[in-house]
Amino acid sequence: MSAKATAAEQVVKRPVNRRDMNKFQWTIHEMKRNWVAYVMLAPYYLIFLTFTIIPVFVSLFMSFTDFNMLETPNFLLFQNYTRLFVDDDIFIIAVQNTMIFAAITGPVSYIMSFLVAWFINELSPKIRALVTLVFYAPNLAGSVYLIWQVAFSADSYGYVNGLLLYLDMIDTPVDWFHNASYVMPLCIVVALWTSLGTSFLAFIAGLQGMDRSLFEAGAVDGVKNRWQELWYITLPSMKPMLLFGAIQAITGSFGFGGIVTALAGFPSVDYAAHTITHHLDDYGGARFEIGYASAIATVLFIIMIGANGLVNKLLSKLGQ
Amino acid sequence: MAKIGKLRTRKHTVVLNRSKGGDAGIAFFLIIMGVFMFLPMLYTILQSLKPLDELWAYPPKFYVVSPTLKNFKDLFRLMNTSWVPFSRYIFNTVVISVTGTFGNLALSALAAYVLSKLHFPGKKWMFKLIVLSLMFNAVVAGIANFIIMSALGWVDTYFAVIIPAWGSTLGLYLMKQYMDSSVSDAVLESARLDGAKEVRIFWSIALPMVKPACLTLIVESFKNLWNYGSTIYIYSEELKTFNYAIGQIIAGGVVRSGAAAASTVVMMIVPIVVFVVSQSQIIETMASSGMKD
Repeated sequence: MSAKATAAEQVVKRPVNRRDMNKFQWTIHEMKRNWVAYVMLAPYYLIFLTFTIIPVFVSLFMSFTDFNMLETPNFLLFQNYTRLFVDDDIFIIAVQNTMIFAAITGPVSYIMSFLVAWFINELSPKIRALVTLVFYAPNLAGSVYLIWQVAFSADSYGYVNGLLLYLDMIDTPVDWFHNASYVMPLCIVVALWTSLGTSFLAFIAGLQGMDRSLFEAGAVDGVKNRWQELWYITLPSMKPMLLFGAIQAITGSFGFGGIVTALAGFPSVDYAAHTITHHLDDYGGARFEIGYASAIATVLFIIMIGANGLVNKLLSKLGQ
Repeated sequence: MAKIGKLRTRKHTVVLNRSKGGDAGIAFFLIIMGVFMFLPMLYTILQSLKPLDELWAYPPKFYVVSPTLKNFKDLFRLMNTSWVPFSRYIFNTVVISVTGTFGNLALSALAAYVLSKLHFPGKKWMFKLIVLSLMFNAVVAGIANFIIMSALGWVDTYFAVIIPAWGSTLGLYLMKQYMDSSVSDAVLESARLDGAKEVRIFWSIALPMVKPACLTLIVESFKNLWNYGSTIYIYSEELKTFNYAIGQIIAGGVVRSGAAAASTVVMMIVPIVVFVVSQSQIIETMASSGMKD
């Protein structure tokens, strides 16, 4: 405990010694002493508990029942989970597709967000603002990704079909978003196009907030070029923002589905772009099998936690 | 102060080695990527300026031959035929976006300061819960959320959209991480020694230091709320949002493809303006205060 004690605790004279108390007494004592912290935290935390934590716990509980909004739910234990992995072929397809989506869009969007933010960091502020706008605009502008549907439209009025027909590369227009071999790669491209989002801005803000004297000290200590500076100075000091970006990349890439539905419809042709999120929307939103949908959400939750643990492990190696 | 800032940067570029090859490579990468990012945006804008016969021309052209504002006029004409006055939808969206964003900023910043800089029992798991909850699917949690909303009597009111935005986990996580990396404990400590109260330290020391993160949160939260078009919690016509109303207009098929192209541009203008204003704020902060030490 004493190792964690901050200067604040050393400054304030403690009325009683830590050694005189058991753990419970000490906790109560510390809670009383830091009551301001709880008061400051309360407005946010009450809303967070009510609209995030309670619903999440209710969903976790429902994943063990057959709740369907109409009948009184029965307790099923792990039946929903066995059904998912044993009886539901489409779920297995969804898991495979999600893994492919996530394995590509997650790391690529994460690394791209950071690299672009880092590259533009040394530009003059005005040019940096302009470049930031160009890269961030696809994410900022709401449903602008629907332009891809216009460009890749199924008839010969679509720009891509028109061009390919004109160049005699195809004979008949291709229905890009309803073709099992094109829909997935196209959705990945669109996802990457919109992927420079919050974490991109967060990286830019983080890089701007970095302490310049660190770089100068690094240069004195023998950092030779920008890549060494990146590895030994920038990345370790950016770690909090990198953790933030990692969560963003994980939730974005594993929870991917909205763009696919908007562009390719639901269900996508032959389930070629069917993700876990689609499967979940299908059971939770359309069929009202809430218990089953909750089980899907829980599986997705566990996958994301695993991915996040992995990324945290990788990030702990930074600068070594 | 400005002078110091400049001097420091100049020294910084002198000290650090930046190879010409690296600069060129980075510029090349940024240009290629920038073109990939920008072309679809440009196409969106050009589409909105095309008259109907050019929208449905064969072979389709990327550029526009005779640009027109007719699509925008059509869109505004269609807006006037809506069931409730169109200004009402815009008003709803503005109320939701502005109150939601500022509440989100205020509560997240305060909570982030506490979770990042104060020490008290329960802090660790309180933060852990927030990070974990980010990874749980919102659709499934939405069902329990709806029950809670109806119990509170908030269904079909602004509250159903605004209050959950105030408790946004993403905003809090962003602010907390930025406080961790950019607010130095030493400065807060000396303020405490001077006898300043925590709320005051937060307001006059920590908050100005995290201005870039605040602006990022504003842009992000505004973007999400501005594009809010769901009718799950709000079903009265006079409480529905701009995005929803636009969606209804452009659902009219081929004849409205011009108005649809215009609507995408109209929808994206406001978030882009908010972003540009916030960027100019960041530039100003950097220029006036120099860098922190």
